[in-house]
Amino acid sequence: MTIEVRTVSKTFDGHSALRQLSLEIPDGTFVALLGPSGSGKTTLLRIIAGLAYADNGAILFDGDDVTSIPVQQRNIGFVFQNYALFRHMTVAENITFGLDVMKRRVRPRKQDRLARVEELLSLVRLEGLGQRYPTQLSGGQRQRVALARALARKPRFLLLDEPFGALDAKVRQELRSALRTIHDQLGLTSIFVTHDREEAFALADRIAILNNGQIEQFDSPDAINAAPATDFVRDFLD
Amino acid sequence: MNRRRPLDAPAWLKASLILIALGYIAVVILLPLAAVFTEAFASGLPAWLEAVSEPDAQAAIKLTLLVAAISVPLNCVFGVAASWAVAKHDFPGKSLLVSLIDLPFSVSPVVSGLVYVLLFGAGGWLGPWLQENDIQIIFALPGIVLATVFVTFPFVARELIPLMQAQGRDEEEAALSLGATGWQTFRKVTLPNIKWGLLYGVLLTNARAMGEFGAVSVVSGHIRGETNTMPLHIELLYNDYNLSAAFAVASLLAGLALITLVLRTILEWRHGDELVAGGH
Repeated sequence: MTIEVRTVSKTFDGHSALRQLSLEIPDGTFVALLGPSGSGKTTLLRIIAGLAYADNGAILFDGDDVTSIPVQQRNIGFVFQNYALFRHMTVAENITFGLDVMKRRVRPRKQDRLARVEELLSLVRLEGLGQRYPTQLSGGQRQRVALARALARKPRFLLLDEPFGALDAKVRQELRSALRTIHDQLGLTSIFVTHDREEAFALADRIAILNNGQIEQFDSPDAINAAPATDFVRDFLD
Repeated sequence: MNRRRPLDAPAWLKASLILIALGYIAVVILLPLAAVFTEAFASGLPAWLEAVSEPDAQAAIKLTLLVAAISVPLNCVFGVAASWAVAKHDFPGKSLLVSLIDLPFSVSPVVSGLVYVLLFGAGGWLGPWLQENDIQIIFALPGIVLATVFVTFPFVARELIPLMQAQGRDEEEAALSLGATGWQTFRKVTLPNIKWGLLYGVLLTNARAMGEFGAVSVVSGHIRGETNTMPLHIELLYNDYNLSAAFAVASLLAGLALITLVLRTILEWRHGDELVAGGH
């Protein structure tokens, strides 16, 4: 699944969040959107997801224009910084939510849904915790549930908004490698937002460095290190 | 260790403050409440039963319950819709809407009642048209319901807006990203998260709806057995010097309020954490 962002602009209260931004993400890559706060990276991710709409420009999935398609029909998996788990549902109910709300005619059978929950719990290594409530889990476990929930409908790709932002260093390290493993296992095109340079360079195949609503450089970590494209990138990496 | 923590007052001061507070509560709240129940049963249980089962009293009780049964669901739906709009969406004029929701709290109930008389009364703006079409609003059930709805409409919204704002929009966005429709998101995510706060708001609305005097008094017309609610009926009995009957009906109304209070306390005790976000 390729994602193309074509000259997208977005303004909030007269302040430009994105300026004529274009970006092409090849199939199967693991991409980091890296930049200081206020650079527009979360806005870009939300526009790709359909949680926000661009003022101008277009979003294309595999060449199809999805610019005005609502988030429900884009079939994406989204992981929020603060997990956003449904607090009144068990872990299993959280994970199966995306399947439960499908139209009856396309919805998998109950036993298939339950099997999918077990499969995802073992993918994120939370076997046996299906009946717990989110408040009974640690931060790292909650984010794993959020990841499993986002994957339940077999989304076209995975979008993660500062997925490790609320976690302490050790858990962050663990979850990072878990995420990378899952990505390699599923081959799912994934984009994650981060302001942590080290994280972006350790995890991503390609990094888009954002500043002031524009992309300064989009390349592999090695290429960026070898040849920073602009003064901003050079300063940002130091 | 004889040292006090910085915020601790000396023992004598603490004790006297507690005593003053308890004494105040006793004089201002407990004493009148006790008086209502003693007076109500002063002539014995048979007299009490007779006072509350006499036809005019029965009509007042039925009317009060009917008015509450109509206005509480209306305000429940309105309150949920308004809080959902305010807490989960951005739109121009939002702060104006929030101020308008609070309006009934700052307007005297008598004025709220008068507004409806000016609108729907015989000499009011819509009065002639209503008379031509034989629609009775003032001095009838619709007017009483309207006045009650107006006076009680902030309770549910006031309870839910801070709660929903504290909960944020993340869970709703997550539901949408998982393919849920707007209605599914509301029913499966938003509503379960606010159910205790909503119940609390409904209890407050109900208590006020049954007890409202001022606004209802203006629009009701005080027709015995027809447009008298319980609070109005109590006043009529009192003005007739029929004190024991007045207190009998009053004890029934106070009893309903006490039930509400008990339910509220149970709610606060069981679900206090969730309600704290609502600012209570």
